[in-house]
Amino acid sequence: MLKQLEGSHAVAEAIALCRPEVICAYPISPQTHIVEHCGELVREGKMGRCEYMNVESEFAALSACIGSSACGARTYTATASQGLLYMAEAVYNASGLGLPIVMTIANRAIGAPINIWNDHTDSMSMRDAGWIQLFAETNQEALDLHIQAFKIAERLSQPVMVCMDGFILTHAYERVDMPTQEQVDQFLPPLQPRQVLDPSNPYSIGAMVGPEAFTEVRYLAHDKQMQALDVIPEIAAEFRDIFGRDSGGLIREYRTKGAETIVVTLGSVAGTIKDTVDEMRDAGEKIGVVTIGSFRPFPGAALRAALQGAKRVVVVEKSFALGFGGVVANNIMMSMQGTGIHVHTVVAGLGGRPITIPSLHRLFATAVRDELEDVHFLDLRWDIVKAEIARQRAQIASGPVAESILRNIQSDTAGQSASQGVRA
Amino acid sequence: MKQIDELSPEQKVKFYQKGTFTVGNRLVDQANRTVQASMARSNAITSGHRACQGCGEALGARYALDTAMRATGGNMIAANATGCLEVFTTPYPETSWQMPWMHSLFGNAPAVASGMQAAMKAKGRDTRIIAQGGDGGTVDIGFGCLSGMFERNDDVLYICYDNEAYMNTGVQRSGATPGGARTATTMPVGEQYPGNVFGTGKNLPRIAMAHNIPYVATASVAYLQDLEAKVERAMQIHGARYIHVYVPCPLGWGCASHETINLARLVVETGFFPLFEAEHGRVVRTRPIRSRVPIEEYLRPQRRFAHLFKTESGKAAIAKLQAMCDHNIAEFDLLREEEETGR
Ligand SMILES: Cc1ncc(C[n+]2csc(CCOP(=O)(O)OP(=O)(O)O)c2C)c(N)n1
Ligand code: SF4
Repeated sequence: MLKQLEGSHAVAEAIALCRPEVICAYPISPQTHIVEHCGELVREGKMGRCEYMNVESEFAALSACIGSSACGARTYTATASQGLLYMAEAVYNASGLGLPIVMTIANRAIGAPINIWNDHTDSMSMRDAGWIQLFAETNQEALDLHIQAFKIAERLSQPVMVCMDGFILTHAYERVDMPTQEQVDQFLPPLQPRQVLDPSNPYSIGAMVGPEAFTEVRYLAHDKQMQALDVIPEIAAEFRDIFGRDSGGLIREYRTKGAETIVVTLGSVAGTIKDTVDEMRDAGEKIGVVTIGSFRPFPGAALRAALQGAKRVVVVEKSFALGFGGVVANNIMMSMQGTGIHVHTVVAGLGGRPITIPSLHRLFATAVRDELEDVHFLDLRWDIVKAEIARQRAQIASGPVAESILRNIQSDTAGQSASQGVRA
Repeated sequence: MKQIDELSPEQKVKFYQKGTFTVGNRLVDQANRTVQASMARSNAITSGHRACQGCGEALGARYALDTAMRATGGNMIAANATGCLEVFTTPYPETSWQMPWMHSLFGNAPAVASGMQAAMKAKGRDTRIIAQGGDGGTVDIGFGCLSGMFERNDDVLYICYDNEAYMNTGVQRSGATPGGARTATTMPVGEQYPGNVFGTGKNLPRIAMAHNIPYVATASVAYLQDLEAKVERAMQIHGARYIHVYVPCPLGWGCASHETINLARLVVETGFFPLFEAEHGRVVRTRPIRSRVPIEEYLRPQRRFAHLFKTESGKAAIAKLQAMCDHNIAEFDLLREEEETGR
């Protein structure tokens, strides 16, 4: 059924259709509307016997998920940013224990400086935690991916994060096609846990493992991720059979046929990039787009196949490994080793900085002319950065960098408040 | 679900009869014998685990969980915090647990248990949930999760095995370490503060009571029937429950292995660790002291307090500890004549 819904509410309603048994809630922007609406749906009796737990922290939220999932209950939670970092220890634990928990990440930057807007730093910080990480491009896809996520998680007995861009998707009202309960029931059978705490057949879960077996255990966890490379497309195909639309999968290609320049990205910015590429294609430029749907496991082989005809690859990503470079780009470089294809890193949209079509136009045109540097920061204000670096060199005393930057930005508008409290 | 009678013969192993001084029951009438005296004992934790000789935590956990097994007909699941109990019972691929048991992290056992009880509620099952942790996992790192569990009144019994320090990592101070005690991080060196500093203390049974949860109790492994009665009582109640069990640690305290029960008794007889039960935030029963003992008698057999007997400031610390005992004795009226506890 077609509905005009806020992204968060669409996700919450999709969760309800998946018949979860335990939902843990702790608020953080921009995830709040998801757990709020879940609570509402539980209260309205639209989730059967589902237990809705208000907990005291994200650490407790995921910990409670660990307990309930280990008891064989279909379990869901959602978080973002600082919340994801606050639960970090439990994030690794949930995957190490092989628990099929599903968690939404409403992607948001990580402070300091505190910033509630969208980028992918939060989920990228957990990329090696052993969770499967799916990225949604639109609200429709976010909704669809949650339904697939439970199936993937439960088939592999491994937790899944569904990442959707904070505010850009969570707070946007879009038309979505909401599946029926019958469709979801047909697609998603009740959870058959692989390991469960049950008095009639007692197990110990979470034993201490020494050096004699730990490497093997970790390898097996890696092997599960590799299995997911097959399972994710399989489930996307099953999804298409029942719901009649393409959604999910490892990667998606857009106008890549004969492309010399291929832009790789993930998340909602793919839409803006596709629009830009359309314009350039129409102008005769050989350019295409590949969107990554599953960042973990990393679809290296699929990407290699999709990118092999290109002369250059431009990775546009909303994450950045400080002191190193692009997180996603680095993964792609590893996959492209030996092909001689040049991979450029473009860091864009950090902390909610808008990524506009004119900026992308300029960026891609530079790339096509082979004038793009290896690591490029889209729309970075070099004047401010250089002034600040010079100031830091000249002075020892300093306030937080962000405050000085704000002062510099506002100096031409005579704004003073931001500079208060800074020792000049 | 298996009832105790149906448990396999291996699980009904041996009696732990060691004469009258430890857990012997032969001289006690049938009704007052411990769970361990029954052939049908559920044996929640099998022998052969790797605890140190004389470990109070191993003893406390075995009695507490065997009792809970009996009270629930074996229909229970346990969550465990990281710590000695977790490590000495589960070196992979072995396990001492004869019931469904899970360890996740150091600081989250109460939250894991909360999730477990939510799962049981959602599934409409009556399986009961117990969470357990050392004093570090309980009063320090797991404190937030525990308070959340209390605040929601989740149907969980949380048992803290208090050996007054982080034993699993090599005896560092916890929020439950008494003033003056030597630990790996509160060495008896320097002029002013030998051993652990005296703060205002972190009394978790009191904090638990402040949450107005249905049941809070303290127990000591010297009084095993009393511990069992409290666990049994706790399992009759639904909602958040807390039992704080005093469990000496020969390794961390620097005492002889055979001193475990003696110290666990002395700590009560000195008034340092009063035994009581509280319901909905109010103390309802206390265990009076039979023969009052000065705190020195409790401190002397333990190397962690040895330095206190050597210096003037150490003696002042002992006087301070004695004052804490006196305060407890007055507050809980521990020297009264009548016996109020059932056993
Ligand atoms: C987050 C975290 N910090 C520290 C540790 C290391 N650690 C493991 S057990 C433990 C102390 C356990 O002490 P306690 O809870 O008192 O239990 P005991 O071993 O004394 O029974 C510590 C510090 C850990 N596992 N996780
Ligand atoms: S160190 Fe202490 S608590 Fe740990 S096993 Fe040994 S005696 Fe028990």
